[in-house]
Amino acid sequence: MSLDKDTIRKIAFLARIRVPEDALDGLAGELSNIIGWVEQLNEVDTEGVEPMTSVADMDWPRRDDEITDGGRAQDILANATDPEPAPGGEDGNGGGFFTVPKVVE
Amino acid sequence: MTYLISGESGDWEVVIGLEIHAQIVSEAKLFSGAATAFGAAPNTQVSLVDAAMPGMLPVINEHCVAQAVKTGLGLKAKINLHSVFERKNYFYADLPQGYQISQYAEPIVGEGTVILDMPDGETREIGIERLHMEQDAGKSLHDQDPKRSFIDLNRSGIALMEIVSKPDLRTPEEAGIYLRKIRTILRYLHTCDGNMEEGSMRADVNVSVRHPGEDLRTRTEIKNVNSVRFVMQAIEYEAERQVEAYESGEDVVQETRQFDSTKGETRPMRAKEFAHDYRYFPDPDLLPLVLSQDLVDHIATLIPEMPDEIKQRFMADFGLSANDSGVLVADMDTADYFEEVANGRDPKQAVNWVTGNLFGALKKAGLPIAESPVPPESLGELLDLVEDGTISGRMAKEVFEEMMATGKDAADIVEEQGLEQITDGAEIEAFVDRVIAENQDQAADVRNGKEKTIGWFVGQVMQATGGKANPKMVNELLRKKLSG
Amino acid sequence: MTAFPELSIAAAGKGLEAGDFTAEELTRACIEALESGRDLNAFITETPDIALDRAKASDARRADGRAAGPMDGIPIAIKDLFCTEGVLTTAGSHILDGFTPAYESTVSANLKDSGAVMLGKTNLDEFAMGSANVTSYYGPVKNPWKGPGGKDLVPGGSSGGSAAAVAGGLCPGAIGTDTGGSIRQPASFCGIVGMKPTYGRCSRWGIVAFASSLDQAGPLTRTVEDAAIMLGAMAGHDAKDSTSAPIDVADFSAGLGEGVKGMKVGIPKEYTLDGMPAEVEALWRQGMDWLKGQGAECIDVSLPHTKYALPAYYIVAPAEASSNLARYDGVRYGLRVEGSTLDDMYEATRGEGFGDEVRRRVLIGTYVLSAGYYDAYYRQAQKVRTLIARDFTEAFEQVDVLLTPTAPSAAFAIGEKMDDPVAMYLNDVFTVPASMAGLPAISVPAGLDGDGLPLGLHLIAKPFDEVTLFRAASALEQAAGFDAKPGARPSTPQGGAS
Repeated sequence: MSLDKDTIRKIAFLARIRVPEDALDGLAGELSNIIGWVEQLNEVDTEGVEPMTSVADMDWPRRDDEITDGGRAQDILANATDPEPAPGGEDGNGGGFFTVPKVVE
Repeated sequence: MTYLISGESGDWEVVIGLEIHAQIVSEAKLFSGAATAFGAAPNTQVSLVDAAMPGMLPVINEHCVAQAVKTGLGLKAKINLHSVFERKNYFYADLPQGYQISQYAEPIVGEGTVILDMPDGETREIGIERLHMEQDAGKSLHDQDPKRSFIDLNRSGIALMEIVSKPDLRTPEEAGIYLRKIRTILRYLHTCDGNMEEGSMRADVNVSVRHPGEDLRTRTEIKNVNSVRFVMQAIEYEAERQVEAYESGEDVVQETRQFDSTKGETRPMRAKEFAHDYRYFPDPDLLPLVLSQDLVDHIATLIPEMPDEIKQRFMADFGLSANDSGVLVADMDTADYFEEVANGRDPKQAVNWVTGNLFGALKKAGLPIAESPVPPESLGELLDLVEDGTISGRMAKEVFEEMMATGKDAADIVEEQGLEQITDGAEIEAFVDRVIAENQDQAADVRNGKEKTIGWFVGQVMQATGGKANPKMVNELLRKKLSG
Repeated sequence: MTAFPELSIAAAGKGLEAGDFTAEELTRACIEALESGRDLNAFITETPDIALDRAKASDARRADGRAAGPMDGIPIAIKDLFCTEGVLTTAGSHILDGFTPAYESTVSANLKDSGAVMLGKTNLDEFAMGSANVTSYYGPVKNPWKGPGGKDLVPGGSSGGSAAAVAGGLCPGAIGTDTGGSIRQPASFCGIVGMKPTYGRCSRWGIVAFASSLDQAGPLTRTVEDAAIMLGAMAGHDAKDSTSAPIDVADFSAGLGEGVKGMKVGIPKEYTLDGMPAEVEALWRQGMDWLKGQGAECIDVSLPHTKYALPAYYIVAPAEASSNLARYDGVRYGLRVEGSTLDDMYEATRGEGFGDEVRRRVLIGTYVLSAGYYDAYYRQAQKVRTLIARDFTEAFEQVDVLLTPTAPSAAFAIGEKMDDPVAMYLNDVFTVPASMAGLPAISVPAGLDGDGLPLGLHLIAKPFDEVTLFRAASALEQAAGFDAKPGARPSTPQGGAS
């Protein structure tokens, strides 16, 4: 399967990665090469084989319905670009918002 | 009940399916230990997991799983002992991980059924396609700042159940009844508080129209409708819109729309440059969710008597009509209240008092039945006082109002205010004798055959006793004394 | 006496216990070695203050008779994929610019609790995606071993900084992560021991995720014994990781020195590749002879789906990565490149924040999961993965461990294989199958190639049978007697106390 520029554009948008127009051709070639190489998997007869969901075959831990976290808005917001304190929340753990460019719905 | 929209090309039938998102009642979130309470300061109920910090991992809340199973059992649905959490990948400001953990190919609950109680007393069965668990997203606030949207992740990661109906609904009213019935069931089970104003329940509505007997046509999906009334309005509008489109030779486009409750109309959500491609795949951070039949059996023992069963029982045990029963069981507290009042008493009286005087008074006071100033045992005592003749029915209404206002017991009010009915024959006879003696002319009229004047005498005696005399006894005595 | 930082963990531990030197002295020597070894570019962040604080605390504990165990006071390096509280954590990526976590990964916290002293955060391929440590935003790492004519070589990847730091004598041990060979292959390239435990043995909590179903933390050390000691301090069940095995930590050193008499060693015939360098094949044969010489029995086995492991890996790992890396969106941490709309901001941030290899893998992963391709690629790859795991299960019915080469070649020059991603991927051809099956595996330095560069041999064991793995590895180590050291680094003096 060879991937064309349009496909690259489409998956780049799905992945929200800006790819400069002049890089599309090169990327299309590289990805086509990789996809072509992985397609050797089609040789394998997998009729009736279950796909693996995890190599870990065990009873996994579950949590009790208890509040063990939260109340740490300062930590949560510490690394954010341009956070907005909540009204009255300037002192840290009183809360605050992450911000993004305005979304018009 | 039929609901057809007539057009030039004939009648159109509406086909409706609902996807109800119900917040699971739990202390902590589905995959983290942060709290779920409503209304906290922004980002104060957020764990490192909910904020999708690098290297954070989900660990499932066992109680939420049990809640989903309980709901599945309440919907008489198949419980899947093996289910899989998958990632639904898309970018949005309130989705910090860049994916929602949800169930897709293998949900925890499969097909079930819900019985609707129609206003005409009939029932209708609606199919449940599936129920799956998923995480809620955060909240975006778009109106706080001219250039920025604000993001609060308090909701991020809260456990939801998505309950998907089959496209079995045919009228806006049915859709409303279905939504209410699901809410009733969830409340009986204590798996969702059903509080649509706080967003703990909301619905995506799938609507299409067709000529009766045709295959399904293209459907549109109205997202995130948050009240029963809006669901009904949205369907009405959307069905008409689609009929108009077809009638004028246009096609209906498969799209997601939103409901504008102020204008009462639906409109397309902002068009995306590319259609969503969610790239579901099993979440490698979570192993498949495997339940034991023992656990499911145990959860089954926790299911309370459900409204459909209670309704049948009320009809059988108390001889109630389907309609009265349906009204009473729509709310678990009401059903409990009624049952306590009705036990060992005249059920018809109990229905009348609960759905009449009590509902009216609670509505006026703006109180839910669980907070009624008159508890069921008190209302029962009031009914007993009527039944044993201590007070008259008319007096009971006044006593009830006093009970609502003061929270006092019926017997205390009756006693304090001396409202006991006079049933002592001698005492009544004294009043009767006095009234006859004071009204010789009218007594003569009666004796001369003017029957109607007996009624006048009853009134006089009742007035003289402050309304407390037993009217039946007064009547009998008067007739006896004036007949000769 | 051996220079402090070149001591083994076991030897350093004995010295500390005997009071021959203090943790502070040991740590200061490592800090000096780090400084004089900066030419290797092995560290992204050095944390000398934290190191000295912890070293002093360790000495105080020891003085009180409360030393925590064999890791107490041992200076180590931490791959910059582990989140460390209050210390910059980059994953080798521009997109995590300035990210300082408020939390400590379980594995690094376990090591801290065991008394280990963090010297700093080591360089790596961006998001651990690479086999040569050339994709880091912070520049390539140099292998302490030099090629012909003093040419700079890659240390392997992705844990290249950790491998170079240990091999270059900057510290006695380091931790890395291994997704398809990222501990074992650089260990082989750098002439040290690199071990990947069973999937689920070490918690993944707090490790920047690359491919969740494959990622495992493990030690890079100079001796097999050190690897066993270090893993003992890293491993353990963690209720915060749903894939963490609820299994007690074994005494991983239990089988060391017991030899391999009677052990059955499987030799998978599919690991003989066309065009494999003769010296790699020769070393493999030598390894069989060494083990046979100690009484082990070598048995030919077949793992028929071996050749499909690598292509399956290059579907599964990028698919998981494409989703795991969606959280780097410029909102909550790291780089943000402003944009006029939300999508614009996302695209600009991620376009600038990710390097070429990460971009390539995220796009591949997005593609193989997208509508219409999921079954053909992702689902098929996971089915093949089932078959690969089944091959191992069947082989382990006959044998106790498997012996293979670690990598198809020795270290190559920086700049080579850069324009052909698939050629680069082939570096992991021998390490990926065990990763796909979640099995424990180790690379032991065993010989030198014609250019005098180290080559490793690779052992794979049954799930959670690390004790047998270490036992076989220590026998191999003993027989190989590998004691070659990287040549003197040209422009920098030998560091450390002596």
